[in-house]
Amino acid sequence: MKLQRVSALSSKSLKTIIRQPAALFMTILFPLVMTLVFGASFGGIGGAQETTFKMGVVNLDLGGNHSHWSADFIGNMSQTGILDVRAYPDNATGQHDLSEGSIQGLILIPDNFGESCDSFWKDPANPSVWVNATVELYVDSASMLAVQAVPPVVQDVLANAVYSRQISVPRPVQLGIPSLVEARKFTTYDYFVPGLFAFAAIFLIMIVAQSFTLDRQNGLLRRLATTPVTSSEVIGAEAVTYMVVAVVQVGVVFAMAFLMGFRPVGSLAGIFMAFILVLVFALCSVGFGLISASLAKDPGTATGIAFIFIMPLMFLGTFVGFAMSAAMKAIEWLVPSWYVTDALTDLFLRGAKITSLSVLTDLAIVCLWSVAILGVGVLLFGRYGKR
Amino acid sequence: MVEPAIAVHSLVKKFEDVTAVGGVDLDISPGELFGLLGPNGAGKTTILNILAGLLEPTSGSATVGGFDVRKDAMRIRELIGVCPQDTAVYEYLTGRENVELFGNLHSVNKEKLRASVKTLLDKVGLSRDADRRVGKYSGGMRRRINLIMALVHDPDILFLDEPTAAMDPQSRRAVWDFIRELKGKGKTVILTTHYMEEAEALCDRVGVIDHGRLIALGAPGELKAKFGAKDLEEVFIQITGRRIREGA
Repeated sequence: MKLQRVSALSSKSLKTIIRQPAALFMTILFPLVMTLVFGASFGGIGGAQETTFKMGVVNLDLGGNHSHWSADFIGNMSQTGILDVRAYPDNATGQHDLSEGSIQGLILIPDNFGESCDSFWKDPANPSVWVNATVELYVDSASMLAVQAVPPVVQDVLANAVYSRQISVPRPVQLGIPSLVEARKFTTYDYFVPGLFAFAAIFLIMIVAQSFTLDRQNGLLRRLATTPVTSSEVIGAEAVTYMVVAVVQVGVVFAMAFLMGFRPVGSLAGIFMAFILVLVFALCSVGFGLISASLAKDPGTATGIAFIFIMPLMFLGTFVGFAMSAAMKAIEWLVPSWYVTDALTDLFLRGAKITSLSVLTDLAIVCLWSVAILGVGVLLFGRYGKR
Repeated sequence: MVEPAIAVHSLVKKFEDVTAVGGVDLDISPGELFGLLGPNGAGKTTILNILAGLLEPTSGSATVGGFDVRKDAMRIRELIGVCPQDTAVYEYLTGRENVELFGNLHSVNKEKLRASVKTLLDKVGLSRDADRRVGKYSGGMRRRINLIMALVHDPDILFLDEPTAAMDPQSRRAVWDFIRELKGKGKTVILTTHYMEEAEALCDRVGVIDHGRLIALGAPGELKAKFGAKDLEEVFIQITGRRIREGA
């Protein structure tokens, strides 16, 4: 393999990408815009928005001797910062707003709520004297987040309101808290960012496939075959080109994500590892691109075939699959992009070291995938791609 | 005896049921400017593609510069320069970048390459437009870049497939002068064309191909004398009963 030839071909491909508006958009501007739009939509620009749920409350326990219990309960709900409480005069009005989506949940406090609490505190150890009451909770079934988050929060607030006084019962096992751990609050965008890196590199498949089929259609591959350049030099030059593009992509995505408020937990070594992971994954994209170009006769068909590879890599292995079904999550390990995103999540959100077993395992799997896919791509292209 | 630069013996190329080349024998001497004449689809380009290592012959043999096209394709690629019939250039590169790229693929050293690119661009009248993207060139300019991309590494043997097709008369004359200059430097050139006047003006010898067979071979003057024809077009008509370019 002659460096002069590889360097000349690689320089040619880079110039083509930079000068061809469609290729430049897909490789650099698209990831840049994606990172910007996601950052603006879900990030911490202008202050990170914490998730709140609008809760309607119908309090039927008003005005009696026990009404302070329901007032405490409602007050505690407001203090959570998660529940935005608004009062309703009756159940029908609340149910109407719930069905309209104006509120995400509705709580119905029965008229014997306070009486029930008082009966408990008179004799906490004797359930036979308690007055039983049921607080009804309705949650908007169309909001996945509300269904998951509201019931435990309400349950917790209710428990605090009713059992706020300590009951001193000796226990054989105690919970020890050796140190306080500061848990950082992540925005939704923070969860997206690790997947954005693989997302950008996935689209290289399409560019590689189009580039090879266009060169074949224009007789350039035949022309190259009349020179001393070898197939391995041609493909090696493409690999170098797209690794350079991948480095630029990582830089662009990271810089834009940083500007949009993303702050990775890990060290600089983690960012270095991000470059390595995406570089290796770029080879995988070149392989898939070669496979697409081998199967397609023209650039249009190549784009279509490229999407057969792009879709699963994107849905199973990047931020796109954030809220996938359990069935899809069960097969996400089948795509190489998932290992890139997983390793970057470890590095950027969990603060894992680059030498951690999880990150190194992910890197090893991405390497194996890339070697295998590039190998298949080279074989197929050598056999069918130059026709 | 001087070994031929190109030797073709009983060369056959079939594409499934179609015989594109049907048993051609041909020797071309070093420094000879040889013309392959014939109508479209006669088999001229197929012969060039076999000699350039792009196609494998079905049977027979061919050597270029003493190297077998089947066994030594890589050695042959180091010797030859190929100007394809259909313009094959990188649209997003400038004219200069296209030519430099092919020099680099032939491992021409930097200094020599720079000088060679400049000389070639001057010769084909593209110096002023050398730094414009080829995508913005006219058809004639593209064909001229297409030609010099094949010459930048100063090859000993040249395959020029219809190098002047679709060129205006002025550009064609300039390319003819250029091809004569190549011959003057001792290069072996195979030129395919269906312009009879081009073959007569340039070639030491011509081979007339029809339906994949070599139907006449000799110097243009010899062929005209042999068939009592005033030009090569008439030679072709006398042998086949048809014109080389139907409708021309």
